[in-house]
Amino acid sequence: MLALFYLFAAISVISALIVVSARKPVNSVIALVVCFLSIAGHYVLLNAQFLAMVHVIVYTGAIMVLFLFVIMLLNLNKATEPMKSLGMRVAAITGGALLFITLAAAIRQGVHIESANPFDAGVGLVRTVGHVLFTEFLLPFEVSSVLFLSAIVGVVMLAKKEKHQPEAPVEPLTEAERARRTA
Amino acid sequence: MIITTAILLLVLFVITLTVAAYSTYGERKVAAFLQDRIGPNRAGPFGILQPLADGAKMFMKEDFIPAAANKRLFILGPALAMTTALLTGVVIPWGGELTLFGETFKLQGTDPEIGVLYVFAIASIGVYGIMLGGWASNNKFALLGAVRAAAQMVSYELGLGLSIVALVMMTGTLSMGGMVDYQIEHGWNVIYQPLGFIIFLVCAFAETNRAPFDMPECETELVGGYHTEFSSMKLGFFLFAEYTNMFISSAVIATLYFGGYHVPGLDRLGLDPNLATLIGTASMFAKTFFFIFFFMWVRWSTPRFRFDQLMNLGWKRLIPLGVLNILLTGSIYYISEYLKG
Repeated sequence: MLALFYLFAAISVISALIVVSARKPVNSVIALVVCFLSIAGHYVLLNAQFLAMVHVIVYTGAIMVLFLFVIMLLNLNKATEPMKSLGMRVAAITGGALLFITLAAAIRQGVHIESANPFDAGVGLVRTVGHVLFTEFLLPFEVSSVLFLSAIVGVVMLAKKEKHQPEAPVEPLTEAERARRTA
Repeated sequence: MIITTAILLLVLFVITLTVAAYSTYGERKVAAFLQDRIGPNRAGPFGILQPLADGAKMFMKEDFIPAAANKRLFILGPALAMTTALLTGVVIPWGGELTLFGETFKLQGTDPEIGVLYVFAIASIGVYGIMLGGWASNNKFALLGAVRAAAQMVSYELGLGLSIVALVMMTGTLSMGGMVDYQIEHGWNVIYQPLGFIIFLVCAFAETNRAPFDMPECETELVGGYHTEFSSMKLGFFLFAEYTNMFISSAVIATLYFGGYHVPGLDRLGLDPNLATLIGTASMFAKTFFFIFFFMWVRWSTPRFRFDQLMNLGWKRLIPLGVLNILLTGSIYYISEYLKG
C-alpha cells in the first residue's frame, strides 16, 4: 500500500511540474489530467471511493475536456501567449515564495501532530458521505446548490444576450446578376 | 484469489475482443440483410473468417503519420480510445457464482460499492482518445470531428447521469452486483423505469458515437471525421474501440435495466447451481447481443441527425425529461411508502 502511495505521489508531483513547465498548452492539459487521475488514486487508497469517482467524472471527464476543447479551438501556442510584465513576474515569484515558506513551516510543525480521530475506513463510502451531507452539512450543501443555480442563470443570460436581427427579405436576382453568378 | 480474478479478467479480455471483432461481421451482415444484399461471404463458410481477414489487412497496411501531425499524441489517441473501451468490463457482473474444484467465485472482475459511477467515470474519460487523435492529426476535418465528439459526449453525459440517478434512487445501491440482486428480488428495472430506460438508451447511442448520432465521423460532411488521417492498425484501434464500446454499453444496459444474468423462473427448476449460473451467463450474453443487434438495426434504418438537432435533443428534451423522471420516481416512491403506512 505504501509503495502505491509513493507511486501516486510521484506521479502527482511530476505531472504537476509538467503542467507549469510544459511549453505547449496541450501538454499542460494532458499532464493536469494525469495529475487528477493520480489524485483520484490517492482517494481510492484512503477508501474514499465515492470522492475518487466524482473527482474523475467532474474534473477529468468534464472540466478538463472543456479545457482541451478551448485549446483546440483557439489553437493556442507559445507565439500567441502574452508575455507577463516585469511587475507581474516579480509579484508572482514573491507570492509563490511566501506560500512555499508558509507551507514549509506548516509541514515542519505538522510532523508532530497526532490525528484527532482514528482513521475510519468507512468515511468515504457513498452512504456515509450522503448521510453527513444531508444531516450535519445540510445548509452549506443547499447553499452551494443556489450557487450552481446562479451560474446556470448567468449562462442563460449570456446565451440570450444576442438577439437575432430580422432577416432582410430576399429580393429576386436580376437577370444580369444571375448571369454574373453562374459565370 | 488474485489468480482466479486474473484468469477471469483474461477470459473477459479475450471475449470482449472476439465479440468486438465479430460485431464488425455482424454489422455488415445486418446491413446487408436490411438492404437486401448478401454481405461478406468470401472468407470461409458464410464469410465467417471475414474479421480475421480484416484484421490481417489492418496490420499489413502502411502505417502513415502525417508530417504536420503531433506524433506522440497521434499515437496516444487510438491507444487511449482502446484502453478506456476495455476498462469498463471489469465491474459488469457476467454471471452468478461458480463452484469449481471446491472454490466459489463470482463471474465479475470486481464489485466496488460505486460500480455505476465507475462505468460513468470511464465513459466520461473515453472522449480523450478521440479528441487527442483528432487534434493531433492537424487536419481541419479531424479537428471538427474531435470537437463534435467532445461537445456531444459532455452534453449527453448529463442525460445519462440523470437517468442513472432515478435508477439509484429506486434500487438504493451504486454497485453493479447490487443492481442485479435488486432486480432478482423485485423484477427488472425496465418495468419501473421505462422513461429512464429510453433516456439511457438514447444517451448510450450518443456516448458510443453510433448512428443516428455519429456526427464525429460524418462522412458526408467531414470525410472520416476524427480518424480521417489514421491508417493501418491505428485506424483499426479506433474502429475496434467503437465496437468494444458498443458491446460494453449493451452489457451495461442489460445489467441496469434487464436484470443482468437473471432468468425469471430459473431458480424454481431446481437445477445444479453451476448449470444455473452458466444459463444465467448465457442469458446475460443473449441480452447483450440483442442490444448490439439493436444498435446495428437503428444504424441501418435511421438517417443521421444534424448537429444542432443533436444538441437540441440533448439539452432541451432529454435533460428536462431526466429531471421529470427523477421527480416522478421520488413522488411515486414517497406516495407508495405513505400508502404502506
